[in-house]
Amino acid sequence: MADQIIETKEIKLTAKDFATDQDVRWCPGCGDYSILAQVQRSFPDLVGIKKENIVWISGIGCSSRFPYYMNTYGFHSIHGRAPAIATGVKVSRPELSVWVAAGDGDLLSIGGNHFIHACRKNVDLKVLLFNNRIYGLTKGQYSPTSEKGKITKTSPYGSVDYPFNPAALALGSNATFVARSLDRDTKHLQEMIRRAAAHKGLAFLEIFQNCSIFNDGAFDILTDKKTKDDNVLVLEHGKPMLFGANKDKGIIMDGAKPKAVEIGEGKHRIEDVLVHDEFDESPLLATLLAHMTDDPSMPTPIGVFRQVTKSTYDGDVEEQITSVTSKKGEGDLEKVLFTGSTWEVN
Amino acid sequence: MIDNQPKENSQEKIKYTAKDFTSSQDVRWCPGCGDYSILAQVQRTSPDLGFKKENVVWVSGIGCSSRFPYYMDTYGIHGIHGRAPAIATGVKVNNPNLDVWVATGDGDLLSIGGNHFIHACRRNVDIKILLFNNKIYGLTKGQYSPTSEKGKKTKSTPFGSVDFPFNPLSLALGAEATFVARSLDRDPKHLQAIIKRASEHAGTAFIEIYQNCNIFNDGAFELYTEKDTKPDNVVFLEHGKPMIFGKNQDKGIKLEGLNPKVVDLANGEASVNDLWIHDEFDESPARAFILAQFTENENMPLPVGVFRQIKRSTYDKDFHEQIERIKKVKGEGDLKKLLFAGNMWTVN
Amino acid sequence: MKVGKEVLELSDVTVRFAGDSGDGMQLTGTQFTNTTALVGNDLSTLPDYPAEIRAPVGTTYGVSGFQLHFSSSDIQTPGDSPDILVAMNPAALKVNVKDLKHNAAIIININSFDARNLKLAGYDTNPLEDGSLEGYNVVQVPLSQQTSKALEDSGLSAKEISRCKNFFALGMMYWLYSRPIEPTLKWIKDKFKDTPLLAAANEKALLAGYYFGENTELFTTRYQVEPAKLPKGIYRNISGNEALAIGFVTASVKSGLPLFLGSYPITPASDILHELSKHKNFGVRTFQAEDEIAAITSAIGAAFSGALAITTTSGPGVALKTEAIGLAVMTELPLIIIDVQRGGPSTGLPTKTEQSDLQQAINGRNGEAPVVVIAACTPADCFNMALEAARLATKYMVPVLYLSDGYIANGSEPWKIPEPDSIPGIEVKFRTEKEGFAPYMRDENLARPWAIPGTAGLEHRIGGLEKSNVSGNVSYDPENHEFMVRLRAQKVKNIENDIPELEVTGDIDADVLVIGWGGTYGSITEAVSRARRNGGRVAQAHFKYLNPFPKNTGEVLNKYKHIICAELNMGQLAKFLKSEYLVDIDSFTKIQGLPFKSSEIEKKIETVIGGYSK
Repeated sequence: MADQIIETKEIKLTAKDFATDQDVRWCPGCGDYSILAQVQRSFPDLVGIKKENIVWISGIGCSSRFPYYMNTYGFHSIHGRAPAIATGVKVSRPELSVWVAAGDGDLLSIGGNHFIHACRKNVDLKVLLFNNRIYGLTKGQYSPTSEKGKITKTSPYGSVDYPFNPAALALGSNATFVARSLDRDTKHLQEMIRRAAAHKGLAFLEIFQNCSIFNDGAFDILTDKKTKDDNVLVLEHGKPMLFGANKDKGIIMDGAKPKAVEIGEGKHRIEDVLVHDEFDESPLLATLLAHMTDDPSMPTPIGVFRQVTKSTYDGDVEEQITSVTSKKGEGDLEKVLFTGSTWEVN
Repeated sequence: MIDNQPKENSQEKIKYTAKDFTSSQDVRWCPGCGDYSILAQVQRTSPDLGFKKENVVWVSGIGCSSRFPYYMDTYGIHGIHGRAPAIATGVKVNNPNLDVWVATGDGDLLSIGGNHFIHACRRNVDIKILLFNNKIYGLTKGQYSPTSEKGKKTKSTPFGSVDFPFNPLSLALGAEATFVARSLDRDPKHLQAIIKRASEHAGTAFIEIYQNCNIFNDGAFELYTEKDTKPDNVVFLEHGKPMIFGKNQDKGIKLEGLNPKVVDLANGEASVNDLWIHDEFDESPARAFILAQFTENENMPLPVGVFRQIKRSTYDKDFHEQIERIKKVKGEGDLKKLLFAGNMWTVN
Repeated sequence: MKVGKEVLELSDVTVRFAGDSGDGMQLTGTQFTNTTALVGNDLSTLPDYPAEIRAPVGTTYGVSGFQLHFSSSDIQTPGDSPDILVAMNPAALKVNVKDLKHNAAIIININSFDARNLKLAGYDTNPLEDGSLEGYNVVQVPLSQQTSKALEDSGLSAKEISRCKNFFALGMMYWLYSRPIEPTLKWIKDKFKDTPLLAAANEKALLAGYYFGENTELFTTRYQVEPAKLPKGIYRNISGNEALAIGFVTASVKSGLPLFLGSYPITPASDILHELSKHKNFGVRTFQAEDEIAAITSAIGAAFSGALAITTTSGPGVALKTEAIGLAVMTELPLIIIDVQRGGPSTGLPTKTEQSDLQQAINGRNGEAPVVVIAACTPADCFNMALEAARLATKYMVPVLYLSDGYIANGSEPWKIPEPDSIPGIEVKFRTEKEGFAPYMRDENLARPWAIPGTAGLEHRIGGLEKSNVSGNVSYDPENHEFMVRLRAQKVKNIENDIPELEVTGDIDADVLVIGWGGTYGSITEAVSRARRNGGRVAQAHFKYLNPFPKNTGEVLNKYKHIICAELNMGQLAKFLKSEYLVDIDSFTKIQGLPFKSSEIEKKIETVIGGYSK
């Protein structure tokens, strides 16, 4: 129903235009504040997207309060169902820009099924995973991304669950855009939000987010100045995968396995370092990168793991409606009612 | 854990036959359905799996294949749509001595039950999941499923579906599955071998079985099952062996970096020494993932066999070990201690 | 027509076709139905599918049946007991013989009565020889053999030829009941236009069957049923699922809202998804979701963004959708949940009918979560109630739970097609006015405004947490919660002023009132009219609105000394009425996965009255 949209003159919006009158009620020090700020800062730059056409959908959890704080259309729904509701919005109104804010429990535990299906269908949604590896709102139970052995209220002797690797799961579900960022790397996060917005299709952005109450410091090694350089690999398309304060470490392939090595005289040559290709049609490189997260001998990659172009579910639905309509003509109620074998009683 | 758990070696090993696993129920699948073969191979293999019949539990959801438990003379639960992995997890966690199997279809396991499936995989619960993948909804009479190819015309998609399908093996690998394999309903020997392998694996074992639905999706897998096309379109994976296929065993698969390629062994393009040697036990899931992606590439043959098998402790075992460990530390649970705890006072 | 065969005039006939699920009995029944409709009889059908897709040939659980009742006057049900059975094999005979009228005719495919098929059907002795069919008029026809003979030069394989035998049976029945064969000949031509060999064979089999009836001495009589005197108009035969589906297409056109269906395959509701997926040129978006929950939540998303949003399912699916229905209650969005009921609990009897989801529909949610509950009462009525569901949902911004059942969903009846222009419009207004907007402000119906994404200046947030009235802000305030709970209840309750009153028919001043709801309408109506014909004095009232109940319900119930409530469950409506109106109700129930026979209800009426005083 495109005719519902009222045309307005382009006005350059600011971050403030996306803030609501609601008090933000996250715990002081929560990583969610930064994510909200980066979204609000980057949204004015999103090209061709009007504020009134933006819809934020969430499930249940701390991060799911997100829509209340964005001055756009918003829907705080039920636990785990955000991707399914968002799919309904997008398929019903493809011209809308539909965003999902979800936590690791919401998206990967109770909502796992909707997530993998939205990925495979390539519905044009932007899914932001606030991954803090813990249940916050319910006050500290282990989540499907908590490391094995984690001691929480529901696992006082350590959890016996192996965690999901969210990026690997998304890639296994054929996601067309997979990226990762950090709540505390504001510039990088803004960039990733813009990249996700620009992708046509399902964009999955995992954001490592600190829960200062129940899982404080989970990502310190990746965000602290002292340790960051040696532990984070910033992916850039077409560039060799180098890391370390002096960019003196790199990733090479050892058969089909990536390996972190030192680069330089008498060590490995920079020419041997793996070059990142975001647009590789095959999901293999991205999968290798995703699994580096599980490997203590490897740095944690952030950036765009993969971005490929594929038709979107909502686009295809629209196209089918157009093509069937052009073949069969606009729907005619008379024809549908008076169809099949009819007879007249006089 | 329940008390009357079966004790190992409490009685002499009995040698079963396939018949011992056949229940009294008439099998009600459509004549010609691939499910018959899968049932037969399970029944034929079961005597060799070394378990006691009374310890076997088959769990299913809803769908044609989910009738499976009725036909196995073991314990069985015909559950609700999509929930078989969750029910099976409960059975196994409660009593790890049981051999728990799941029979399920592509709609059951991957559509409505997708979440339970991926969580069972990541937890590595020691259950065996047999996916009867016929790429269609049979019991509800022919709607497309999450494994149906895009553009498929079915009752619910008269103009062609607009869904990209799942690749079940990629999904399982993405969900950390420790055992991933594929077989074919029409290759009884191979299917038997794979069932046996799954049974021996400690942890979630996932077998995708291509299964023909002769009513709603007949011939979907003919290319891989018919004598004249099978050799050129199927590569049998064997651990430690180079990947060779073809009518005359003249084609091989070479791995160039991350890219697999079919090479000709007859015209000198490549020799056996250049070929990819299959390693089932590779810790990294990368190669298994490459193999899983073969089906997305029309130049590649269909791999069947064990893609990956790695050792990881199982959820059910860890679960019970933790209980035992805590019992050792804290002593057996004492009800009196539990009740008479905290701040107490006496009223006289 | 050959001279010497007597033509007997009948007022109504019930026929049943039965055979293996691969024998094409549904097709045969449908063809007979369509032709009968064209002749101008009133009719009602009852297909009976096995739960198996294609069970092993010859077994009783593989038997598929199709029953058709047609008449020269107005009828309400597919008939209690068939006058004639066509049994393609021993299993079909075994399953169906117990339902037949005394003296009924049984046409048997004698070629299938061999030792193997008798054994498969579980017969120890041949029923044709052991006297067990005494009292029936058994006609043995070499149906397979005659078909093979007729098609020996057809160029088809033996298997293909065997598949044509249903057309032979159909031809024979056309002759026996004086039906024209042209409509089916035309259908064959269209259906098999790409396979001329099959078209020719089926045509030949049909004609061979027809001539067989005419020429053989097996049938001494042929029957005639005059056209029924139905109201003037153009008619088509329609099933409940079909009527429901095009009802929502109509509602979409009439409201100007695009139709969105979120659904997951489930028996017996899948046909609605199939039907709606054909109407893409109406802009209908059918989303086959990954599960029942995604089916309803995607529909909620579509409703939020301005679609006429519906989700179709059966009882087990409603169970899964429960939490999401609560969300629609809280967010006050128009959403229609269609439950085509089947036998429960759990997976239960997927292909059989029941009315056991009423409690689930009215009360099956956490918290105080009232929704509008309505039910269609005949196959054609499924069309009307679709329009009604859309009207109520959008006018009051409220979820509507629409109950159908397997019986009316798969059954069919002639439907007088309404002229599109004569169907009233459904007025829907999206909020566009910025001034004074608040997401939970109220109109005179207590409905909140529908402000859809894309409307500049109305950006707002909704959700499942308790809302402050008017502002829609999250509120944990105790008084506000009580206020909102009561407001949502009042909004639904007020709908009683906007729906038809409960109508009493029959002997309005009688002592006995028979009530029911939904799909039992035909059986109850037939029973009441028979009881009255037989001299009983009895009134009838039928519920289509179950929450809220019609305004005059208490008044009606209080008028009668004895109220019989007939339901296909354990007395769910009776329970609601008793607790709401404190009246005594005689609950008459049946839970066999089958519809009521009119005779069952009539007998109950007779017992209550204490015999007829004719």
